[in-house]
Amino acid sequence: MNFDLNEDHIMMRKMVRDFAEEECAPGAEERDEHEEFPLDLWKKCGELGLTGVTFPEEYSGVGADYISYAITIEELSRVDASLGVTISAHSSLCANPIFKFGTEEQKQKYLVPLATGEKMGAFGLTESMAGSDASGTRTTAVRDGNDYVINGSKIFITNGYYADIYVITAQMDKSKGNRGITAFILEKGTPGFTFGKKEKKMGIRSSATYELVFENVRIPAENLLGEEGQGFKVAMVTLDYGRIGIASQALGIAQGAYEQALKYSKERSQFGKTLAEFQVTQFKLADMALQIEAARLLVYQACYLASEHRPVSKYSAMAKVFAAETANKVTTQAVQILGGYGYTRDYPVERMMRDAKITEIYEGTSEIQRIVIANSILKD
Amino acid sequence: MNIVVCIKQTFDTEAKIVLDSNGKIESNGVNLVINPYDEFAVEEALKIKEKFGGEVTLISMGGARAQESLRTALAMGCDKAVLINDPALENPDEWACAEILAKAVSQIPYDIILAGRIAVDDGSSQVAVRLAEVLNIPSVSCALKLEVEENKATVTREIDGGTELIEVSLPVVITAQKGLNVPRYPTMPGIMKAKKKELKVITLADIGISATDLPIKMCVQKISLPNPRKGGKKIPGEAAEAARELARLLREEAKVL
Repeated sequence: MNFDLNEDHIMMRKMVRDFAEEECAPGAEERDEHEEFPLDLWKKCGELGLTGVTFPEEYSGVGADYISYAITIEELSRVDASLGVTISAHSSLCANPIFKFGTEEQKQKYLVPLATGEKMGAFGLTESMAGSDASGTRTTAVRDGNDYVINGSKIFITNGYYADIYVITAQMDKSKGNRGITAFILEKGTPGFTFGKKEKKMGIRSSATYELVFENVRIPAENLLGEEGQGFKVAMVTLDYGRIGIASQALGIAQGAYEQALKYSKERSQFGKTLAEFQVTQFKLADMALQIEAARLLVYQACYLASEHRPVSKYSAMAKVFAAETANKVTTQAVQILGGYGYTRDYPVERMMRDAKITEIYEGTSEIQRIVIANSILKD
Repeated sequence: MNIVVCIKQTFDTEAKIVLDSNGKIESNGVNLVINPYDEFAVEEALKIKEKFGGEVTLISMGGARAQESLRTALAMGCDKAVLINDPALENPDEWACAEILAKAVSQIPYDIILAGRIAVDDGSSQVAVRLAEVLNIPSVSCALKLEVEENKATVTREIDGGTELIEVSLPVVITAQKGLNVPRYPTMPGIMKAKKKELKVITLADIGISATDLPIKMCVQKISLPNPRKGGKKIPGEAAEAARELARLLREEAKVL
């Protein structure tokens, strides 16, 4: 057993950290304030290979392992969680299901430009009546000649509007419940495919979250992803791996807030001592550090299993719920350590605390993660 | 166009310098990086290669850890690397460094040799220029702008109070000043490819040098840390009186007047 990162991982962390600190951190506050989507940074991420970390070189990916992916999302999220989820949703929720379920033609046509960052991806699963319970999917797909005709809408779609390629799910046979759900690849610009409401959010405000609207959208039959009725499985497998991205995002948020609190506690003096000299602060910092380390081990363990092509569901659920709860505890404590300053937008911990909350909600709430874990334990 | 880039692994500029019990600089646990000026040299080499083709070969002297810096530069896009790692090289002076590098560089085809204008650790600014002398080729230091043609280079270099434009024939040694370019980040695919690139670790014997060939000309007697900064002094009271007191202190205590 070896807990050391290898030489590649160390170099990747340094590269992504340098890029994050030099290019992403300076505008993060401003982008959050104005809900400004960072298209320029997206482009740079593509040039650096951050948009296709885990995909094989034959599809223009980097061909690196899941730990490299976790490090990427973690380091971006350490300074800007919005950018972290943009890359995570693109990679885990759009490129990955195409990689795992797509035909060779679909991979050449869609995965290649997604991996290079030439195209951005998004995933449309959630609907107003289908959140944690996908069987409530009301968007319909009907076969008509060589096309499928899609009607309905999706909500809360990360990268919506900006993405070029969407993996979406629709119901083909309501009587079959989850087994009627089917997945498709949909291109932006297809007639009848429009964007509805842009969400105004509490956190990750510079990431884009849109409603997708389908009115008689015709998708060619070759864009069926997997088989008819396999869409629920596509979604569940996608989310099993997607959780690694969100767990890494949560880990990065926690790490960023902890470092801010650590730095501040060494500089700020009250009653003639630095905050770090008070045992009450030391205990807070120790708790933050140990929770982050525990979360990191869980995340990297899930990554290890994913890289080894072993079952990942239980471990990615554990990593996600633990890292998300860690991010919420740590950012709250970081604001507490910074006191009044922490509550203002002059320091980034305020944004980090708002950003942390979503990690307990999207890609499976903490409650759903516990169901996944419990089901897995009880099945054994 | 074949380019050789001399790089040195140095302490991170934010590293805290501590002396060990033998009065030597403690390097354990210190974050090591490519000397920032050498990064400009690497970037410039890659730009020239993009324009003319050819090969960029890195050369460095140092311990095993220097391989990390060479791998990073390989990940940025350089083609291969040579590390001269020899126990006899514990404290080489600038003269010895230049002699050794010249021997090693002579085995590599080159049109241009690039290096940083200074290393941020010892700050001697000598090795690259000495290397040119040993190789008997011209050198231009402190380059701010470099344009290369088939057989010549046009260099804008920094001089006191201005710049100087120099045209020089190849082969040439050029040292990079801050402002020459903005070094690229290594890319993810670059990092993956770096480990498959050639990184040769050689000893002095491999380039036909024995330690006795290199009698050290400069000997470091002692290393000491600068005195820690003392806090400032506040002079209270009315302005006129405080100014008088300030003048007295500057004259009698600080002895600067």
